Amino acid sequence: MSKTVLKVSKLVRHYPLPKESLFADPKFVYALNGVSFEIKEGKSFGIVGESGCGKSTLARNVMALEPTDSGSVQILGEEVVGKTFNELRPLRQHFQMVFQDPYGSLDPHHTVGRIVAEPLAAIGKLPSQEKTERVAEVLSSVGLKPTDVDKYPHEFSGGQRQRIAIARALITKPELIVADEPVSALDVSVQAQVLNLLRDLQDSFGVTYMFISHDLAVVEYLCDEVAVMYLGSIVEKGRTEDLFASPAHPYTGILLDAVPKPAAGKKRKRIQLSGSVTGQTEKRSGCAFRDRCPMVDDRCKRETPTLREVAPDHFAACHYSKKMMEHGLSKPS
Amino acid sequence: MALLDVENLDVSLSTAMGPARAVRGLNISLEKGETLGIVGESGCGKSMTALALMGLLPDNGTTEGTISLQGEDLLLKSEKEMCKIRGNRMAMIFQEPMTSLNPVHTVGRQIMEPLRLHRGLSKSEAFKETIGLMERVGIPNPSERVHNYPHQLSGGQRQRVMIALALSCSPDILIADEPTTALDVTIQDQILELIQNLVDEEGMALILISHDLGVIAENTEKVAVMYGGAVVESGPTDQIFGNLAHPYTQGLFAAMPKLGMGRNGRLTTIPGTVPDLINLPAGCTFTDRCPLATDECGTTAPSISTVEAGHKVTCHHIDQAINGRGEGLYK
Repeated sequence: MSKTVLKVSKLVRHYPLPKESLFADPKFVYALNGVSFEIKEGKSFGIVGESGCGKSTLARNVMALEPTDSGSVQILGEEVVGKTFNELRPLRQHFQMVFQDPYGSLDPHHTVGRIVAEPLAAIGKLPSQEKTERVAEVLSSVGLKPTDVDKYPHEFSGGQRQRIAIARALITKPELIVADEPVSALDVSVQAQVLNLLRDLQDSFGVTYMFISHDLAVVEYLCDEVAVMYLGSIVEKGRTEDLFASPAHPYTGILLDAVPKPAAGKKRKRIQLSGSVTGQTEKRSGCAFRDRCPMVDDRCKRETPTLREVAPDHFAACHYSKKMMEHGLSKPS
Repeated sequence: MALLDVENLDVSLSTAMGPARAVRGLNISLEKGETLGIVGESGCGKSMTALALMGLLPDNGTTEGTISLQGEDLLLKSEKEMCKIRGNRMAMIFQEPMTSLNPVHTVGRQIMEPLRLHRGLSKSEAFKETIGLMERVGIPNPSERVHNYPHQLSGGQRQRVMIALALSCSPDILIADEPTTALDVTIQDQILELIQNLVDEEGMALILISHDLGVIAENTEKVAVMYGGAVVESGPTDQIFGNLAHPYTQGLFAAMPKLGMGRNGRLTTIPGTVPDLINLPAGCTFTDRCPLATDECGTTAPSISTVEAGHKVTCHHIDQAINGRGEGLYK
């Protein structure tokens, strides 16, 4: 059994909203409502969901970039939640992040060498000779030239900038890389280059990825396991092959169905979701997906479904997951 | 006579580095009720094409060629005359509904504007019509929503407002520039379905611009693939997707992660990046990224050859490209 790199349990994050009046009860955005999962060493864990489902909040909490309300995040067995900034600093070399926008996440005033070397400051003082060597080494591992160190970010294309961002994450030799939509700002042909790079880096350095994306095809290509999130909770989780082949939650089924497929003989009949994502500011009983679910019935309004095992290593939070897996999406008769 | 006929359209933008040739020698012909998809990566000239058609190019842009809408050349029209056509006979849906709607006006007021301007409706008539339009594009509770500001609506609803705006004067041509790129897949599905239904009902022509091959395959009849400012492959959608010919189209298709392909295969990549529009190579613009490129490609621009009826490809080595499709051109 390989070791667990990241263990998240019952993570909760509620953002308070400004009060409407002095005596009103405080309101919250329920961004994360008890999320638990584990990632084993050298695996990729994908998180998919629509905008506003809490994917990025989860990433920020795992990276300890904002305070967590309750729950725990353990990276390599070390608790991250509740630590102060100074206590976290030496730990940060073990977990690094790649952001979505390669234009916004690199400081335009700094040279590539300085950007990439910056995380090394967290480790402590290093001789500048060693620093230069590590920068050159990491740049060549992401497919950039060591001579690029003196250039500025604007001299690079989007795909190359994302390589710089990946190099910056890799330089501390982290065990875990959290990537929040790393390819969604890139063009198709460049996206493929970056995805292949991420895979190669995993093969050669054995890094673990927590990979956030809204693109199911990208997740299928890169990840060993997937969790589908809806309104701050994981509604389905399992091995990528199992989950994509036989989705056990109607939401997953609809998401998979909604992806347009580039093939001749277009136009198919599909089940569409009515309505949009329900607000996250109210807490209600019952299933969070009930307003949009084509299979909804009375039970969904009364009981909140919990995440349970529907097949080996395949979990879903739906009362009717068995039916869903056998017959696909249908209205309950 | 075709509804829209674009011949040899050239768009160039003057920049500090010299003129950037954003669109070169573009030919489009569109009949009433037809749907045309334009696909390509960023910087291939697809958005500039849309802006040129609408006469909305930035100040540093110049055009050559003809764009004739039912026989009238739009490029010869004055700004005043274009104002009568824009939003009335041709309408456009933009990519980012948040930035293309005015944040200080209610959505109702914004939909009323073209109704009053182009159709000369009175305020109360326009208001009634606005509510009807909002209902048609599927905004719940239109009589309340009409008083909302854009920030009070969700992304999908804002895009519906954009569509209502574009539809308000029943245009002959609807240009949708990446209408769903900022939206989630489930919402994208709803919006595309809505555009499809409205196009069917109104019998207008649609130009759908997207970087997503899937969106194009499912929603258009004809397709044009653009690279480096020029169309490299065009024809009926089913035919193109069933019979990819140009090396770029094949590469683009192979580079896309597709659902169901699993993790065993490896994504094909096209080496290099898109060409610099300011210093375009002399021959084929795809030369430095193409696996089939020869010396000829670097020096002479390829001419258009027809593969099947209506399926046109611009490439010197078209036979080789089609033969190599089986095992994949990119290694």
